[in-house]
Amino acid sequence: MTATPIATAKPRLLASGAQQKLLAFASLIVLLLFFSLASPNFLQTANILAILQATSVNGVLAIAATLVIITGGIDLSVGTLMTFTAVIAGVVLTFWGLAMPVGILAAIAAGAACGFISGSLIARMKIPPFIATLGMMLILKGLSLVISGTKPIYFNDTPSFPQLSTGSLIGALVPALPVPNGVMILFILALIISWVLNRTTLGRYCFALGSNEEAVRLSGVNADGWKVAIYALAGGICGIAGLLIASRLNSAQPALGQGYELDAIAAVVIGGTSLAGGRGSILGTIIGALIMSVLLNGLRILSVAQEWQTVVTGVIIIAAVYADMLRRRRAG
Amino acid sequence: MTEVIRMSGIEKRFPGVHALRGAQFDLMAGEVHALMGENGAGKSTLMKILSGIYAPDGGTLHVNGAEVRIAGPRAAQGLGIGIIHQELALMPDLTVAQNIFIGREPRSRWGVLDEAQINRDAEAIFAAMKVPVDPRAEVRSLTIAKQQMVEIAKALSFRSRILIMDEPTAALNDAETEELFAIIRRLKSEGVAIVYISHKMDEIRRISDRVTVMRDGAYVGTVAASDTPIETIITMMVGRELDQTAAEIPDLSAAPVALEVSGLSRGRMVRDVSFTLRRGEILGFAGLMGAGRTEVARVIFGADPRDGGKIIVHGKERQIRTPQDAVAAGIGYLSEDRKHFGLALGIDVRGNIALTSLERFSDRFLRVDDAALAKIAANYIGSLAIRTPSDRQEVRLLSGGNQQKVVIAKWLLRDCDILIFDEPTRGIDVGAKAEIYRLLQSPAEAGKAIIVISSELPEVLRLSHRIAVMCEGRLTGILPGGPATSQQEIMRLATQRDTAPQGASA
Repeated sequence: MTATPIATAKPRLLASGAQQKLLAFASLIVLLLFFSLASPNFLQTANILAILQATSVNGVLAIAATLVIITGGIDLSVGTLMTFTAVIAGVVLTFWGLAMPVGILAAIAAGAACGFISGSLIARMKIPPFIATLGMMLILKGLSLVISGTKPIYFNDTPSFPQLSTGSLIGALVPALPVPNGVMILFILALIISWVLNRTTLGRYCFALGSNEEAVRLSGVNADGWKVAIYALAGGICGIAGLLIASRLNSAQPALGQGYELDAIAAVVIGGTSLAGGRGSILGTIIGALIMSVLLNGLRILSVAQEWQTVVTGVIIIAAVYADMLRRRRAG
Repeated sequence: MTEVIRMSGIEKRFPGVHALRGAQFDLMAGEVHALMGENGAGKSTLMKILSGIYAPDGGTLHVNGAEVRIAGPRAAQGLGIGIIHQELALMPDLTVAQNIFIGREPRSRWGVLDEAQINRDAEAIFAAMKVPVDPRAEVRSLTIAKQQMVEIAKALSFRSRILIMDEPTAALNDAETEELFAIIRRLKSEGVAIVYISHKMDEIRRISDRVTVMRDGAYVGTVAASDTPIETIITMMVGRELDQTAAEIPDLSAAPVALEVSGLSRGRMVRDVSFTLRRGEILGFAGLMGAGRTEVARVIFGADPRDGGKIIVHGKERQIRTPQDAVAAGIGYLSEDRKHFGLALGIDVRGNIALTSLERFSDRFLRVDDAALAKIAANYIGSLAIRTPSDRQEVRLLSGGNQQKVVIAKWLLRDCDILIFDEPTRGIDVGAKAEIYRLLQSPAEAGKAIIVISSELPEVLRLSHRIAVMCEGRLTGILPGGPATSQQEIMRLATQRDTAPQGASA
């Protein structure tokens, strides 16, 4: 029999995930160039720091969302979960007057517990992620208002609390680099979670679940257990976001939070993580989050009305997903 | 030879279905034991029990002489039982090595994965299999055949002494099948016991030592593969004699041409394809997988854009750019993947039959005449013998053969003059196949023009009045159907590669 014409797969020059990251990175550079040319105020150190500071909260939430989206799920509760954990920190630090480390731990633990609940609803009770986390989003929004008595909780008894986000450990050491702690926390967290995704079992199962959940199950892996663990980890990360925003505002604002989940998901999508699951990266997500804050900051500097900024964000999200579709069609 | 598996009196019930009724099966070391039966006979269920995916409701299971209970896939792996699922259970976004070692990744403390280790281990397995697969390649980028090799490597990585293969050649072409058979023979010589589930008779004869047949969840019998006539096995499977006669070829030289295609081209998959199709004719399309047959059909149907060529329907050139144009020109296409393209699985039988003809059954306020639809649906359920409790049954609950009949009903109702059937019997059991053949022949007798794409040569030979053979996107020849043509002649054309692959502007 003659050799058959099977096209053997050649390794592509760049994996499609890498392509999307490159595209996102190029977009970021273009935006930076455009705004620096359009306005002399843009490339000031203070403004760059403001952009980074603004990215920190959304970036951390987007990291949480990335984990869940890679498994093929979605988490709509990250925004109100962030607020809920901020309120928990307020209760521990202001109502109960406990020490700051206790408040920090309580916020992260509360986030992980809520993620555990979401994950259990999805993995064990088989409620679709969209519905389960939509429910959690509303429950947490309500609970935040109930616990706080609908009023902001100020951290007046914990004077060092604002330092958590706005202070600069690096600035204290290297005065030329006054990078706020919140930004450092974002970058350190991104490195850690990136490592977890690529180098650990938990990360491997993230991709495996999003790629073919049934295959994971048939391989004898405790698929449901790992899924719950991933949602819990994402919840804990939302707790970090809660601490960052509470620290920046020096208060837990119970009415805040709804809408943040969409910004986070937008950053993930712009960064090239597939909503279908199975592929994605933290680096992409961070670039995605930066694109969003650079865009909003730049438009503000150019005195574009806030209403229009929202419109532009929407267009960017659709364009990013469309670019992803085009590439997928070509690859497929 | 030593007995490695003995299952007896196995019972399994699912809600509403008695899937296994006292089923039995035994397996010797170093043998290939084929498990046959029509779809729904219980083969896959029995093997899922053996591999720990289902728990039996009754019966006993011995592995290497000792009675065992297999609690889950992990436990089965521990006993050296590996299964290669019919629908490949791989994660396309992960690499080959990551797929093989999923759930058993070697890791240090803190759960850090040792990627180099799994790549080395995977490489060793492929070396032992004598199959060149790159452990670092993303599974998505591999051919189905290579993905199958990954599944086998995965099963072997558990040091499996018992390997279950559920329809492993369903998506393989002949050369790939040969590759698989070579591996099976090698494993067999090393004493691995193999359970081989397949519908393809010729494969069973070639590769297996014994054949066990199941019907309706029960054991029918076990025979030696080499000296049992195929007819006997088929009779055991269906419990009745099947009509295996070849088609009669009518003289169609006077019949008007329904479809003329000339110079059809699209990229590398469709190169300068020309043919004619007369009314009442069944034109078979044969070729290896990837020869471009489906692509030709999709271009004619407007599902893919074409680079060049003419499509002439009833003597008039038609500009077909979308499936809508094709349907307007009277062309219907029954896709090879019913689940993805041909059926709305969550909708009932009536809704699916009406899907392409809905406009005919609605008035100008878009109100649907449900009474008329119900009557039509009942008609087709009767005439095509669709086995369904009612026309309100969701299509996903029907068997493969009955789903195919629903697709056929849909296009018959649309009253297309030209019908293209792409792999109409894929995944359909032997008994239902004969029925589908009849369903293809009757519209032809009624004057419709039919194209049948099939990868099974006996099927093409049996159905077609003429046989068009493709290789690498080119039409390499058209042969007469029936006894005048042999499988060898078709294969010769199907492997007739272009001497200059970069050929002139063909």
